[in-house]
Amino acid sequence: MSTITLDSKVPSGPIEDRWTSHQFNMKLVNPANKRKFTVLVVGTGLAGAAAAATLAQLGYQVKCFTFHDSPRRAHSIAAQGGINGAKNYKNDGDSVHRLFYDTVKGGDFRSRESNVHRLAEVSVNIIDQCVAQGVPFAREYGGLLDNRSFGGAQVSRTFYARGQTGQQLLLGAYQALMQQVSLGNVELHTKTELLDVVTKDGVAAGIVTRNLVTGDIRSWAGHATLLCTGGYGNAFYLSTNAMNSNVTASWRAHKKGALFANPCYTQIHPTCIPASDEFQSKLTLMSESLRNDGRIWVPKQFDDNRAPENIPEEDRDYFLERKYPSFGNLAPRDIASRNAKQVVDEGRGVGPIKNGVYLDFAESIGRLGENVVFERYGNLFDMYERITDEDPMKMPMRIYPASHYTMGGLWVDYNLMTNIPGLYALGEANFSDHGANRLGASALMQGLADGYFVAPNTIGDYLSGLLGKTPVGTDDPAFSTSVAAVQDDMRRWIAVGGTKSPEYYHRELGKIVWDYCGMTRDKNGLEKALSEIPALREEFEKNVRVLGSPEGINQSLEKVGRVADFFELGELMCRDALMREESCGGHFRVEHQTEEGEAKRDDANFSFVGAWKWEGTGTTSTLHKEPLVFESVKPVERSYK
Amino acid sequence: MNLTLKVWRQSGPTDPGHFETYEATDVKDEMSFLEMLDLVNENLIADGHEPITFDSDCREGICGTCGLMINGQAHGPQKGTTTCQLHMRKFHDGETVTIEPWRAAAFPVLKDLMVDRSAFDAIIQSGGFITADTGGPRDANEILIPKIAVDSAMDAAACIGCGACVAACPNGAAQLFTSAKLAHLNLLPQGQAERWKRTEDMVETMEMFFGSCTNYGECQEACPKEIPIDFIAMMNRDFLKSKLKNRKLQGQR
Ligand SMILES: Cc1cc2nc3c(=O)[nH]c(=O)nc-3n(C[C@H](O)[C@H](O)[C@H](O)COP(=O)(O)OP(=O)(O)OC[C@H]3O[C@@H](n4cnc5c(N)ncnc54)[C@H](O)[C@@H]3O)c2cc1C
Ligand code: SF4
Ligand code: FES
Repeated sequence: MSTITLDSKVPSGPIEDRWTSHQFNMKLVNPANKRKFTVLVVGTGLAGAAAAATLAQLGYQVKCFTFHDSPRRAHSIAAQGGINGAKNYKNDGDSVHRLFYDTVKGGDFRSRESNVHRLAEVSVNIIDQCVAQGVPFAREYGGLLDNRSFGGAQVSRTFYARGQTGQQLLLGAYQALMQQVSLGNVELHTKTELLDVVTKDGVAAGIVTRNLVTGDIRSWAGHATLLCTGGYGNAFYLSTNAMNSNVTASWRAHKKGALFANPCYTQIHPTCIPASDEFQSKLTLMSESLRNDGRIWVPKQFDDNRAPENIPEEDRDYFLERKYPSFGNLAPRDIASRNAKQVVDEGRGVGPIKNGVYLDFAESIGRLGENVVFERYGNLFDMYERITDEDPMKMPMRIYPASHYTMGGLWVDYNLMTNIPGLYALGEANFSDHGANRLGASALMQGLADGYFVAPNTIGDYLSGLLGKTPVGTDDPAFSTSVAAVQDDMRRWIAVGGTKSPEYYHRELGKIVWDYCGMTRDKNGLEKALSEIPALREEFEKNVRVLGSPEGINQSLEKVGRVADFFELGELMCRDALMREESCGGHFRVEHQTEEGEAKRDDANFSFVGAWKWEGTGTTSTLHKEPLVFESVKPVERSYK
Repeated sequence: MNLTLKVWRQSGPTDPGHFETYEATDVKDEMSFLEMLDLVNENLIADGHEPITFDSDCREGICGTCGLMINGQAHGPQKGTTTCQLHMRKFHDGETVTIEPWRAAAFPVLKDLMVDRSAFDAIIQSGGFITADTGGPRDANEILIPKIAVDSAMDAAACIGCGACVAACPNGAAQLFTSAKLAHLNLLPQGQAERWKRTEDMVETMEMFFGSCTNYGECQEACPKEIPIDFIAMMNRDFLKSKLKNRKLQGQR
């Protein structure tokens, strides 16, 4: 077992000055030298497109990769609600410090203070940048920007573009990227999937990719590599993530030595449309704003088969209002989710397969009138009706929690560099800013912060040390062995010749991870998962069926490698959840709750980042701890009673 | 319900392609169209046949990845709905459903139902942006934008780049897509400095790849985001002016 010291490289001094002084203290690369450096950017979501465009503007030679057919299709496109920025345009007492405080507290004191402060600082620049690019954020009649409040924050700091904020932010970044492509500063490779990260003497040398159209396996060398490849929510199979989102890039980096931090920190969103059958391919999120006017309930009796309108008031259980009188239906995401799970597990779920709870607008329609309610939520109601064929104006919606976001990810230091020199992780792919729970409208903020403002600055500090040194060429054995291994993998999967599709195994794996490492976790369940996952993986490796050839388009072949990585990740998620003998944020261990059933943190023993090192297939990963220090915000217990 | 599917199969760009007939059995009303195809694919794999290649990602109508010709209609029979959001309750038991890829000269078929839409990226690359390098901008509220202007810009910016407009057009023209991006940027104060150059460059690039518009209006009908053809009129006006304006801006008369 090797020893690794996790140096977070957090600057010293007052927290307000750290980012500014760090920017001053970092070494720079002068403009003429920038073009001597090649930077590989993998992923074109908010983090990747923003980073690639900005690095190219600065003068670096950028090569950019995405498995999508166009950068504009990255999963970021689907974000609906909005993006936070500490502008205090509403004069309601917001500030950089308050956003910082809310994020640290929201993360249940499991994030790195200095990173979060920097995020809050640059949040204001993000809004300026996006507006300059032409992002059509909602405006008031006077022409000023409008804001809404989001995710339980007490101030209005969320900027939005209808229900399509992610789309508009991504188009802004995509357009900036395409401009750099047209100027010849970025070489763009679409339909190109990273399948390995190459290191030489422990330092990042480049990547190996597969062209998804031709099947061609190729090496790319770079002075630095940025993984901006998104989160791993699809480990659960059913999630609100896009179908193709996967952990492969992060995982292959992990297997080359990059530590994976806090894999058990996953976020479940309470308001999604419940699955309808076995063949459900993904789940659709319904905006959280619905909880402002909808009341959540289930029948009091078990197996109550009456239609909702035939269930009288006295037979209904408004369980959130009952248990959390002050927050009621607006209780935080994790609490709302766990309570829904509890009533469904008790057998009081609603809908054809009794897997949801009602979200009822009847009372609001009575109070506000049909028009007001429809004006507020009409577009969401239409979307719901398209999927379920039920009209929420006439009957209650059915909702159930689903996997939505992953706070864990590759371990990075303050510069967003992993423990492999020259390898960076940005956006949802890293672990750094949200601790054990992410606040609404903060993922878009973090992706753009990392991409526009952080990595383009911090990368110079590393690259300046490489001036005059020739990078490892793609003819180096480090690359050729990796290419050979990837090619072997392709042939091996096709050679298995089993009976079941990769999709089948993904679905089965997802069930285990969801049941034992989902909304609630306990020792027995996690231990069970840790024996079931390897057994299923063994079957998968012997019995999966991938038809076709490694040349040309082969979607089953793309899928099978991703599923293999999810198997290994799923195991690590369970191991991490088992290790963390406390409850915090999205990680709820049944054994660790207060008398009221709330998450009980254990700061004395678990105030650390749990970063895991890959030790080889079949060998248990080893844990490395980065202690968390709280100097500016004192850890307190979360209470929403 | 049970359906008969006539599906376009084409092994690669150079293969002439042909229809195959499949039976889709035990299809549920609640399934989306793509989940129905997932089911067909599972069965094909079980029987040892290569699954049908088709593209999708978000499956909530926003990424623009999916797109099929269903019974000759781009994205199928439901108005304002992408293929991934179309549900099987719109079909009936015993129906025969024909499924083809987008058919347009500018969108070559890569395999089965998957096409190459990179010509759209080429149009954006030629001018579909506002130059604003990271780090320089002034405070976001220093630019006042009338609510109606930003709302119209947003209507245009809602385009998901799916290509249904091109597929539905008898000429394979990309006017709706191009005009939506031009309207988004040309309607905003931030977009004015590059307005005329952007218009000229994007329209000319569009013409390099796509057919020309003869006002069929099929694009608007097919568009899942219901982008109105009014934007095409705006683009045409701007394009006419752009030649003159661009010469004037250069100091030529
Ligand atoms: C339905 C939904 C709604 C949301 N709403 C909000 C919201 O309102 N506010 C908010 O703040 N957050 C929201 N989020 C979260 C937020 O959208 C994401 O966390 C964020 O967009 C992630 O951005 P990213 O750049 O890190 O990654 P992504 O956008 O996921 O991009 C990943 C990129 O990496 C590429 N890639 C991945 N692997 C490889 C590989 N192996 N090889 C090559 N390329 C690869 C992909 O092609 C893609 O380009 C929402 C999420 C969902 C699911
Ligand atoms: S204009 Fe409509 S049909 Fe055309 S690409 Fe955009 S969203 Fe699709
Ligand atoms: S799959 Fe994203 S729009 Fe249909």
